[in-house]
Amino acid sequence: MFRSVEISVGIFVGIGLAALFMLAMQASNLSSFTNKGAYQVSARFDNIGGLTVKSAVKAGGVKIGQVSNIDYDSETFEAIVVMNIEDKFSRFPRDTIASIFTSGLLGEQYIALEPGGDIKLLGNESEIRFTQSAMVLEQLIGQFLFSKSENNE
Amino acid sequence: MKGIIHILARLGRGSIFLTKILSGIPQLFLRFSLVVQQLYSVGVKTLFITMVAGLFVGMVLALQLYYTLSTFGATDTLGMLVDLSLVRELGPVVAALLFAGRAGSALTAEIGLMKATEQLSGLEMMAVDPVDRIIAPRFLAGFISMPLLAGIFSAVGILGAYSVGVDLLGVDSGAFWSQIQAKVDFYDDVFNGIIKSIVFGFIVSWIAVFEGYDCIPTSEGVSSATTRTVVNSSLAVLGMDFVLTAIMYQ
Repeated sequence: MFRSVEISVGIFVGIGLAALFMLAMQASNLSSFTNKGAYQVSARFDNIGGLTVKSAVKAGGVKIGQVSNIDYDSETFEAIVVMNIEDKFSRFPRDTIASIFTSGLLGEQYIALEPGGDIKLLGNESEIRFTQSAMVLEQLIGQFLFSKSENNE
Repeated sequence: MKGIIHILARLGRGSIFLTKILSGIPQLFLRFSLVVQQLYSVGVKTLFITMVAGLFVGMVLALQLYYTLSTFGATDTLGMLVDLSLVRELGPVVAALLFAGRAGSALTAEIGLMKATEQLSGLEMMAVDPVDRIIAPRFLAGFISMPLLAGIFSAVGILGAYSVGVDLLGVDSGAFWSQIQAKVDFYDDVFNGIIKSIVFGFIVSWIAVFEGYDCIPTSEGVSSATTRTVVNSSLAVLGMDFVLTAIMYQ
């Protein structure tokens, strides 16, 4: 009698742990990206738009890392974005361009890296010098209206 | 006025009782078979209702969200929405409510009847502390079972949502899982849900064993204590859920 109690408790705890394991590995981001062994690159932007920590870093549309920290430099009045890039994608040339794009019309913002042609590579904790800021919708509409009124005159 | 003093006195008795239980827990690890037996009656017997409820909750969530999302053409995010609502809220809360109804009421009735039939005083006469021998194993078993049950509830719910969303309604299987893995964060979402279920397990087990131990030792007293367990622990779980959510997701 007591043996069957022990066995069923064992099955219960086993199922419970399996469920927690499934939630961790299959139903969350724990398995998809880890910050361990990642290499860090920073970039300065005039305007980062809606970029947040944990936003994706993509190259050629493939997610290769994520934003780990966002700070504001009050001397140069620029935003500093630190990205963690997975180690196996660490071979970017030094003249790589970092731009902030939006996925879809109303989607999230992400950083796209476009590799240049330099032979020298970006080292760990180096800075990307060529950046392109986020498009802010109000600015775009403002520019559009401005050019429209100029045409009418 | 008399009612307020009565409530305060109960709260005080409950807190003193809790410290007694907690001081009785370390010696339980020497006689863990007591806890295993209670894990059977508290956890294993609640497993079936939790799994069935989780399955249906997941399936209903998938159906409801699918019809709303299809008007926006965003049915690919179905898996992510189901996962987030299960892991953050429904898993811990609904599993705790089921636990209060299925296991908490049984705990109160069992302990209350032991008191009514003077088994607890009998133990005391034999110089066995009823809190260490009867109450603490039940409390610890409830505390261990609750996170496991909440995890099972969420996992089964996601599988139910998968069967309805992917097999029945035609959401893409790859989009279902990739949206989940892209948007659900382990620490912010899954881990906070587990913390919630640990807190709920503590509250429900505490209320259940206290109501049983504190009941008036008559058949009427046991029945009203059982009712109070279900009502109070359900309300405490829902109230505590609001507080925890406010702290976790600022």
